[in-house]
Amino acid sequence: MLYLLSFLVLAMLGVGIAIIFVKDILNAVILSTVVSLVASIIFLYIASPDVAITEAAIGAALTTVVFVIAIKHTKSKETSDKE
Amino acid sequence: MRKFISILLLAGFVFYFATLAGGLMIPSSSADRKSVGLEILSRAKGETGAANAVTSVVVLYRGFDTLGEVTVLFLAALGISVFMKGTGEKRKTVLDQSFILKTGSRLLFPLMFLFGIYIIAHGHLTPGGGFPGGVIIATGFFVILLTSESVHFNKTVMSVLEGLAGLSFIGLGVVGLLGPGNSFLQNFLPLGKFDTVFSAGIIPLIYAVVGIKVGAELSSVVYAMKESK
Repeated sequence: MLYLLSFLVLAMLGVGIAIIFVKDILNAVILSTVVSLVASIIFLYIASPDVAITEAAIGAALTTVVFVIAIKHTKSKETSDKE
Repeated sequence: MRKFISILLLAGFVFYFATLAGGLMIPSSSADRKSVGLEILSRAKGETGAANAVTSVVVLYRGFDTLGEVTVLFLAALGISVFMKGTGEKRKTVLDQSFILKTGSRLLFPLMFLFGIYIIAHGHLTPGGGFPGGVIIATGFFVILLTSESVHFNKTVMSVLEGLAGLSFIGLGVVGLLGPGNSFLQNFLPLGKFDTVFSAGIIPLIYAVVGIKVGAELSSVVYAMKESK
């Protein structure tokens, strides 16, 4: 239990550090989804399923979609500037 | 003017943290906090009839708090809609999505919608409730919106749904205020049989209303973001 938790926390930390060094911004968004997903697994393990389901729905799904739409808009602007 | 506003904000934060610091001074042991949790666990079943004790806290013991949360979300959605209104021009770019992605999203959408409704309807029995359920429904809309460019939904219907849901939340609270309990968001319906879908008084009603509101709000937020220039 404790080993699993520490593994999950370390994984979260590792992915969080990886977000900073990733070059493509879309990959960074997907990695932040992974952080949220691991956080929701941790919430499930420490017996708070309500928080886990909210974290999974908002952190992993909603935030990603908002970021993806934002990236899509900025990218289309960037390409139109180049032309 | 800007300086004045920033000073006002700073003063607000200082006041907020000063209030928190005052709370820290009150001696509270971990045993005290534990006893609050145990007290709620032992009383929630008889008082609220909800099998999920977390829900009984969120909707009844701290119902006013939930109303505040819904209001904050509403203000955020309103701000985004105003900010993202743009020039009103329609985006002309049509992305060629693959056939598999389009069909998959159309297949996935009803399942996600159903799952969201399940999460909302069983909020008082299993983990979940209005907020996550509404977000899941909204995510289903996003999947459709992201993959098929030609989908449009009626914004007026969304606004009306959202407004009605918010009003009925407050209306349910006022009925509790007028009822025998004499306090805002007091339960006025029979508790029913424990651990069934139709139980726990007004908790399922409030969660349904919150779910509709959150789902409509977030769907229109993403619709506004997508349609903006």
